[in-house]
Amino acid sequence: MDAESLLLSLELASGSGQGLSPDRRASLLTSLMLVKRDYRYDRVLFWGRILGLVADYYIAQGLSEDQLSPRKTLYSLNCMEWSLLPPATEEMVVQTSVVKGRFMGDPSHEYEHTELQKMSEGEKVFEEEVVVQIKEETRLVSVIDQIDKAVAVIPRGALFKTPFGPIHVNRTFEGLSLSEAKKLSSYFHFREPVELKNKTLLEKADLDPSLDFMDPLEHDIPKGSWSIQMERGNALVVLRSLLWPGLTFFHAPRTKNYGYIYVGTGEKNIDLPFML
Amino acid sequence: MEDLTSSKQDQENQELGEARRPWEEISASSQDPESGLSEPLEPEQWLETGPQPRSGPPQSPQSRASPPLDDVTGPGAPSPPSPAPEASFIPSTLALARQQLAAPWQSDRTTDVNPKAETPHSHRLEQSSDQGKSTAPQTCQSEGDTFQQSQQTERHLYGSEDVSNNNSKQKELRFNIFQEEDSNSNYELDHTESGISEGAPSPLEIAIQSAKAYLLKTSSKSGLNLYDHLSDMLTKVLDERPENAVDIIESISQDVKMAHFRKKLDTLQNENEMLPVYETAEKQKALFLQGNLEGVDQELEDEIAESSLPNVMESAFYFEQAGVGLGTDETYRIFLALKQLTDTHPIQRCRFWGKILGLEMNYIVAEVEFREGEDEEDVEEEDVTEERDDGDSDAEENDEDELPRTFYKTPQVIPKEENRTGANKYVYFVCNEPGGPWVKLPPVTPAQIVTARKIKKFFTGRLETPIVSYPPFPGNESNYLRAQIARISAGTHVSPLGFYQFGEEEGEEEEEVEGRRDSFEENPDFEGIQVIDLVESLSNWVHHVQHILSQGRCNWFNPIQKSEEEEEEEDEEKEEEKGEEPEYMEQEVGPPLLTPISEDLEIQNIPPWTTRLSSTLIPQYAIAILRSNLWPGAYAFSNGKKFENFYIGWGHKYSPDNYTPPALPPVYQEYPSGAEITEMDDPSVEEEQAFRAAREAAALPVEEMGETEEDEDEDDDSDQ
Repeated sequence: MDAESLLLSLELASGSGQGLSPDRRASLLTSLMLVKRDYRYDRVLFWGRILGLVADYYIAQGLSEDQLSPRKTLYSLNCMEWSLLPPATEEMVVQTSVVKGRFMGDPSHEYEHTELQKMSEGEKVFEEEVVVQIKEETRLVSVIDQIDKAVAVIPRGALFKTPFGPIHVNRTFEGLSLSEAKKLSSYFHFREPVELKNKTLLEKADLDPSLDFMDPLEHDIPKGSWSIQMERGNALVVLRSLLWPGLTFFHAPRTKNYGYIYVGTGEKNIDLPFML
Repeated sequence: MEDLTSSKQDQENQELGEARRPWEEISASSQDPESGLSEPLEPEQWLETGPQPRSGPPQSPQSRASPPLDDVTGPGAPSPPSPAPEASFIPSTLALARQQLAAPWQSDRTTDVNPKAETPHSHRLEQSSDQGKSTAPQTCQSEGDTFQQSQQTERHLYGSEDVSNNNSKQKELRFNIFQEEDSNSNYELDHTESGISEGAPSPLEIAIQSAKAYLLKTSSKSGLNLYDHLSDMLTKVLDERPENAVDIIESISQDVKMAHFRKKLDTLQNENEMLPVYETAEKQKALFLQGNLEGVDQELEDEIAESSLPNVMESAFYFEQAGVGLGTDETYRIFLALKQLTDTHPIQRCRFWGKILGLEMNYIVAEVEFREGEDEEDVEEEDVTEERDDGDSDAEENDEDELPRTFYKTPQVIPKEENRTGANKYVYFVCNEPGGPWVKLPPVTPAQIVTARKIKKFFTGRLETPIVSYPPFPGNESNYLRAQIARISAGTHVSPLGFYQFGEEEGEEEEEVEGRRDSFEENPDFEGIQVIDLVESLSNWVHHVQHILSQGRCNWFNPIQKSEEEEEEEDEEKEEEKGEEPEYMEQEVGPPLLTPISEDLEIQNIPPWTTRLSSTLIPQYAIAILRSNLWPGAYAFSNGKKFENFYIGWGHKYSPDNYTPPALPPVYQEYPSGAEITEMDDPSVEEEQAFRAAREAAALPVEEMGETEEDEDEDDDSDQ
């Protein structure tokens, strides 16, 4: 959610139950302003909170002018001091996929994972058990990246693409209409499109290239991994991801308010197919 | 203008010169009401109509049409021959065209003129005349209007709505105009009217403008005009870009026409969209109004004294410090809904238990304790009756054709606990949103709890949804919800140590079936625990809800039927049963009530609870917050004296491993294996022979003959 409309967004996202305590809120408001100034970001988003056993991580992201360029992620333990996280790489994701369980809450904590590795000494090739140490920070980075790629949501029309390439915030976005708000196809993944190029030309002909340049949520696998609900009568539409429980996206139709926040343990819900 | 009408009657008899003069008069007079018209327009009209009388006459078709022309030109409608000489070389089409131009204007005045019009053009003339007539009030102003219209129809040279036709005719006209440029009459007119027109626009422009004016003429029937209609149609086509637009152009045209008469539905649609909002608002308004019934002081006092309503807002405030909560607004509505619940049901104690998220709708859960004796339980016992199908039973049996009896005994259904005890200690009400109706959840049975432990399903938000799972869940979503609520309560409802204490009991409870203490009450002498202590040590918190055994109940139920004495002996807590019966069950023991939560099992090295101080910045007023790691979403807070539990989440237990549905059990051996049931291989021939031989041998008296026969038989058999 945008740091500028933090209070309102938190209020709107409160339907999921997890929010922020008043002191955290107050600290966030000030510290995110400073972060924006210091790192010279165009927009700062409060991404959410990952619950750890000992402490919680508060995550923020900074965006530059081009909205789809890779975002810079920062984390903090007390909402005041922010540290920049390294960008995620494929290797990191692979490495941390073996780590299971909750986050500790201590960024320097190391997970130990034993795996068999082929070691070659001279001419002998044998397998040896190697204990690999994975830092929690790395795991944090890869989890945030995975969540972003999987379930970060933005409504259709909120961003538009210029012919030169960069993607801008659409200042004339007045919100989705009610009928549009109830459909999953009006929401996009807030990431570089993956499925778009697989569409047939016929489908692409109906798309508006300045607005429809990201993947819609409609065709996510497994089907039904999004729960879409209207709260407060029809005054608020809330999308909750079932794949990463804890991610809540909210939007008030016909207004400019939208945003998403993740508050959860940072674990994917692999049991989803059983649960639907 | 009446002069005109009278003059028309003299049309046949007047010379061009006379025509011209009155024509000039008329032009002058008619131009006055036409002040609104653009000047170039008029003179052009006149320019066009002027030569017509001259051009008409030489040809017979023209002559018939010329009387209308003559009207246009004035009271002194020139005699047909008179215009002839000057414009004789003008092609007939042009003249006809001009006649058409003139005709509508005249048609305002006369009807008798029109029948004289020539048939090929008659329909056009009539059209234009119709148009002219329909819009022709008989006032000076109106004449101006009609003149304008006639001008417009004159612009619409060819009155059909066929664009292509128009175009072609316009082209013809232009062609004609170009030819006409050579005509003297034009030049004459130009000279005469040069003062009026602004520099004599080129004939092409004239033609275009005349065409446009014609197109702009409004229909007498529908009030539309062709120009607007065509532009609407083209706009629609360009916006929608249908396929094969040219093939469906006619229906597009009809659609556009119909669209004029359709009411704007936008506002209606908006209303529909907002309707659910209004409905919800209405429902919630009812919540707000319920309190204002009579406002008698007496009642108010009573209400305050006996209120069983918890202070939800206060708890919400504390939970907000923890970062947990539904927002002040929502919480207040829930508060009001709870009040409504307590007002409508005889409730002793009520608590806001929490919120369970669902796919389509969410559940707001209230934990309720009814007043003594007001329990509304009336549910028939639907427990499955036992089917003891021993092989020993002597009920109707035919010795012959008797089907083998299975010794499968349906496992005895463990009865659910009585209300107000164990897992059914509290009654739960749910609603989908504050203001909605409260629905009571049915009591939970042990079977449901046992199955609920084995499945993991999302709630949809509708209570009647069937649960499709393996193992099959005995019930629908309301039962599953109740089971999960029971499990969550048993697992995560904690209170500070000392807040509750066991009630003073007089005797030992050995005689009772349950050897366990299951009742507690608030400790009036509770002095509170330091918040720091609460955070640092888990032993300061205790469970105040009974643990649910793996059987599914809180209090052990022995499913084996025994004599009463033995039952009592066995059910005592400490004894382990070593019965002599082949089947016995160990009594399940769980942690007793008010066990500190430090005794809770870890989940794979993860502590079951996380404690936090609500605020590190201002520790003086911070509160202790407990977060369950076993049931993500369960929270408890305490500020030393007060405490509260809350749940917000999806309603599932945490497990670091993936969920695996239980495997199917092996095929059950249903029937006792016996001679009748056991399948045997069919005997081989030798065996059969041997058997037969043995039987015969046994049947015969033991004789040597028999034996020899057997031998013979055997020999025979073996030979065969």
